[in-house]
Amino acid sequence: MNKLYLIRYGEIALKGENRSLFENKLLSNIKKSLENTDKNLITYKTPGRIFLKTSTDQSVVIDRLLKIAGIVSFSPVLKLSLNYNEMKKETLKIVKNTLEERENISFRITARRSNKKYKYDSMELQYKLGEYVIENVDQNKIEVDLHQPELNINVEIRKHNSYIYSKVHQGIGGLPVGVTGNVGLMLSGGIDSPVAGYMGIKRGAKIIPVYFHSFPFTGDKTKQKVIELANVLANYQNNIDLYVVNFTDILQEINKKCPNKLMTIIMRRLMLKITELIIEKKNGKAIITGESIGQVASQTLDAIRVTNPIPKLPILRPLLGLNKVQIINMAKKIGTYDISIQPYEDCCSIFVPYSPETHPKMEQIKKGEETLDVDDLIKKAVNTAELINIEAY
Amino acid sequence: MNNVYLDNAATTKVIPEVITEMNKIMDTYYANPSSLHRLGLKAENRLKKARKTICDILKVDPKELIFAGSGTVANNIAIQGAVNHLKKFGNRIITSSTEHKSVLKIFEYLKTQGFEIIYIPVNNKGIVNLDEIKKVINKNTILVSIMAVNNETGSINPINKIAKVINEYDHIYFHVDGVQALGKIPINLQVNKIDLYTISAHKIHGPKGIAALYIKNSVIIDKILQGSNQEQGYYPGTENMPGIIGFSEAVNHLPSLKQINKIYELKNYLAEKIKKEIPDVIINTPLNKRSAPHILNVSFSDIKGEILIHSLESANIYISTGSACSSKKNKISHVIKALNLPTNYQQGSVRFSFSQHNTRKEIKYTFKNLKEKVKNLRKIIGGKK
Repeated sequence: MNKLYLIRYGEIALKGENRSLFENKLLSNIKKSLENTDKNLITYKTPGRIFLKTSTDQSVVIDRLLKIAGIVSFSPVLKLSLNYNEMKKETLKIVKNTLEERENISFRITARRSNKKYKYDSMELQYKLGEYVIENVDQNKIEVDLHQPELNINVEIRKHNSYIYSKVHQGIGGLPVGVTGNVGLMLSGGIDSPVAGYMGIKRGAKIIPVYFHSFPFTGDKTKQKVIELANVLANYQNNIDLYVVNFTDILQEINKKCPNKLMTIIMRRLMLKITELIIEKKNGKAIITGESIGQVASQTLDAIRVTNPIPKLPILRPLLGLNKVQIINMAKKIGTYDISIQPYEDCCSIFVPYSPETHPKMEQIKKGEETLDVDDLIKKAVNTAELINIEAY
Repeated sequence: MNNVYLDNAATTKVIPEVITEMNKIMDTYYANPSSLHRLGLKAENRLKKARKTICDILKVDPKELIFAGSGTVANNIAIQGAVNHLKKFGNRIITSSTEHKSVLKIFEYLKTQGFEIIYIPVNNKGIVNLDEIKKVINKNTILVSIMAVNNETGSINPINKIAKVINEYDHIYFHVDGVQALGKIPINLQVNKIDLYTISAHKIHGPKGIAALYIKNSVIIDKILQGSNQEQGYYPGTENMPGIIGFSEAVNHLPSLKQINKIYELKNYLAEKIKKEIPDVIINTPLNKRSAPHILNVSFSDIKGEILIHSLESANIYISTGSACSSKKNKISHVIKALNLPTNYQQGSVRFSFSQHNTRKEIKYTFKNLKEKVKNLRKIIGGKK
């Protein structure tokens, strides 16, 4: 049986002329996310609202809507006629159903009316429906609470129909994926970078992750872990193009020619260069990293200062101000944490310098890179990068 | 070169004869051995025959062998069942510091249940210190659990001598984890005072998901699982017929004495080449038949074992670090730690484990690649300070 969902969006309503562009994007993202569960699902918009009609199991719908950027909140909703008798019957049914699960309940009715011609105004409707419920339910089990009700039954009167709902699920908000453009993501196997990617997705960016694989210094299980992380992110943006760069030759060249204490920083500079070359071809407009100021040696302000000028594209660091604990909590919430902590080496942890430079100077880096001969290796790395297309769900 | 599989201590390739027999069971004798009808009887007879095959090899009575889902499960049935039964006689239980995790974890659990745990140390060849056992064993002791062959180093423990020590006490059971020993070294369960003995199919070219526990006739242990009467109630549940039949067929193909000697030769050849031609190595496995034929553990200085594994993998050679389940924080396995290696050797331990199906040509190919990879890796990451 088809069920109806009322979907609210906040921020995108503010965007003036772009509004319909944003709304249509959200509509199509919702559709794409659920299409493989129900070919016949329908989405449509009314002023300020989006509706989804589908036969898919409600728990699946909720799970997926919770992952779609741009949705502020949503509710499974009943669509009724403007007939008052029908409204009161359904309202009572919701109360009675709730009372099957619990002993007693405080409730209120919240009515809204965009159809000003309807025979009752909002106050009257609230009063009448409330009264009907009280008269038809055991008095000991129910009380009215206008301020913090456990059950808030919303009734909306529109032009042709009325809508009733009682549950509101908070979505992730933000902007629909795709409206702000393509953005590269430096994705390692760690905890931070997937969270940074999620932050980008939430702001409407379509993420293109780039992972640097250094076989045999990192095994294929690490690569598999990164694919799984990309898979989780894919669920937030329908699909993901993951690039796997073979970084082994470059790593060895750096290791051979550069001072050990600059290893990580020079490695990061080259990774940024390669990421830029890859995502420029995909019309990428920025690069997201999981850096958070001062978290590790390569993320001191001095280190960021010497890595930052490498790409022409802006580097976005959405985790900038977060502490590790906050990042971990977000990773748990979005479902990447358990994958990130699997115990496989990532190349960073193998080539960590014995005593890394925490205050590198640009001249020092330039000198350290002097004998480095990587132009051809970079070209080769870009051209041989493996593209893995990952579909959501 | 095709795949050179040198990870036989982790698990083995199932041989075609075993697959054929297992298919036959699933296709023909699919009935439940507990069913009363003719098909059930046929299945039951196959089960009996399989049990007898395995018992003949162990030279024990079919009543003394129960099947279980894995070596880990069998160890649980044995150890937990034994201490539950004997706890009225004492609460000291003894094991070694280099047992398989499936034994160590049970002991850790039993510690929380109030038992006193004694860990016997090993020498630098991974062999359990017999004198230490003599020292700590007392009238309060109820169980000793020592593995026959260490899964990381291949070291053979002095099971006979330990059994003699235990035999002087009335209320001590001796459990031996024989998972790496089956078919590799002779163990005489009848002559020795071994009360409980664990074996597993997938280390001898049989299927995964089936193992067995020998419970000596005179030995009574509590049942830790509840259910019907299969496997005398120790491991209730419908019998894993394909697994059991596969196990018995694998036992029919255990390596002959000649093949065992061949495995020793392959191992000694590789060990000698490594000692002679690769500098800065420590052979952790005791050679000259003081170890099981199939395991060779070597530490290379200034190399991470994990990277060496991946390097050899690119030449289709498959080996392991000591234990498959090391965590990131605790990269060095408890067995390697117990060997007290110099610091720069600890991370560089790898395990080659052989079977009768490996060839001299494969080992030559392996050595050639090993020598080259170790040299390259050391150039790249080794000794850089």
